[in-house]
Amino acid sequence: MICFDHVTKRYPERGEALRDLSFELDTGEMAFLTGRSGAGKSTLLKLVGLLERPTRGRVIVNGRDLCTLSRRQIPYYRREVGIIFQDHHLLEDRSVFDNVALPLIVSRMGRSEIGRRVRAALDQVGLLDKERVVPTSLSAGEQQRVGIARAVVRRPSVLLADEPTGNLDPDLAREIMQLFRRFHQVGVTLLIATHDVALITAMPYRTLTLDQGRLVIDSGIW
Amino acid sequence: MGTRRRHGTQSRIGMAIRVWLSHHGRSALASLGDLTRAPAASMMTITVVGISLALPAALHLTTRNLATLVQGWQEHAALSLFLTPNLDGAGAKVLAEQIAAHPGVSRVRLITPDEGLAELRGASGLAEAVGLLPENPLPTVLALEPSPALAGDSTKLTALREAFASLPGVADARLDTAWVQRLDAVLALGGRAALVLAGVLSLAVLLVVGNTLRLEVANRRREIELMSLVGATPAFVRRPFLYAGAWHGLLGALVAIVIVTSAVILLQSPVSRLAALYGTEFRLAWLDATTLLSVLGGGPALGLIGAWLAVGRHLAACEPR
Repeated sequence: MICFDHVTKRYPERGEALRDLSFELDTGEMAFLTGRSGAGKSTLLKLVGLLERPTRGRVIVNGRDLCTLSRRQIPYYRREVGIIFQDHHLLEDRSVFDNVALPLIVSRMGRSEIGRRVRAALDQVGLLDKERVVPTSLSAGEQQRVGIARAVVRRPSVLLADEPTGNLDPDLAREIMQLFRRFHQVGVTLLIATHDVALITAMPYRTLTLDQGRLVIDSGIW
Repeated sequence: MGTRRRHGTQSRIGMAIRVWLSHHGRSALASLGDLTRAPAASMMTITVVGISLALPAALHLTTRNLATLVQGWQEHAALSLFLTPNLDGAGAKVLAEQIAAHPGVSRVRLITPDEGLAELRGASGLAEAVGLLPENPLPTVLALEPSPALAGDSTKLTALREAFASLPGVADARLDTAWVQRLDAVLALGGRAALVLAGVLSLAVLLVVGNTLRLEVANRRREIELMSLVGATPAFVRRPFLYAGAWHGLLGALVAIVIVTSAVILLQSPVSRLAALYGTEFRLAWLDATTLLSVLGGGPALGLIGAWLAVGRHLAACEPR
């Protein structure tokens, strides 16, 4: 469950990115976050992922108020949330396997368990045969799928995606969306930021629309 | 049932400890491997660390060797008793025997005025001047060698001098240790200088290792950020850099020991030859255990702190604002 309670985020250099934002996302719900660039989509995801803290208000994820988490607890919270970035943030000098294994390595998992889970995640995104290659030799769609495998490899309960199809052609974008639907089917809570309106209108999911940091349309559940 | 559960918990804890240990081992080995990836930079850093650690160690060793040398001279510190002219040869002998029985004295040599004059005549360039003297002006002298127990203890030597000065038949007593005391003070200064130098150069080691790792941290900034993003604890991110710092420090410490030891080996035979020319035997001491351990322990510790400082700033940037 993700709950925003009158959240405001102000950056010293460019003012308020989110203004008095309140909404609630149930456990296992899948929703799109849309709006023009600069509307506050990325900021909202960063608050959920605890990459940033709100200036005012409370963000509650899985029953925990993120503002009350201490510095020591932050790494453990981040392990519960998978994040997919638009520019996929892959390490170019490491193999696909090592990139996907990173979240498991930092949580000190045993070697054989890491191997098993990484292959399972790569299998889910259809890249099992690419584990030994470096990301730069992959296509844009494949790189994005490596990023997705890395986000889901620890089986997080919450999955956040920031413009995951931003650099992809429509066919690849649809493929990625299919992948997200499969995670939704197994009970993962998903929040996907995108400005690809054509893509989301084709799918029966709730859509939150932001404009200048305010929630202007909450399409509700179809 | 209960025991089985306890057993299960134990094996889980055992597993966690094994994973933790293997992670540490891998970090340590991996960071050692990283050193060989940029051998030129690593070698330079290690050499600078080595020289920085070698300088105070060498100064300390020099002071210690000089102290041993001075210790030897102090044992020869002489106490000279000038006897009154009215005491004849027999009286002087009796007095010499009395003094030789004193526990603070290990040896007494009686120098009659004639012997004294002969010694003076033997001293370079004085023969003619001595020949001009109408009579022998020298008093009878008792040259004492204080017992080894008193050697180096200037207060006890002074007390001994005062005791002998008040004896009947003794005109004056002179203690010949002022220069030894001065040398002692110089050595104390040298020891202190070694400590100050060690402090200043420790700071240099800290900065050199810190700077080397700062570059490494900057090169791996993306990886560090990504690791924190996916839930790495600061300790986990810091660890490989701390190991790298400790390796630089340890290898630097070994270089320092090699430098100082080579210097001792190179200087050993010239020093022995010089000592032989002065009619004594003297061998340079090697690094003592305390210095060896402080170099071996201090190097890695300084490297560790330098690494901590270098990586800290980037970690702070990974925290939510």
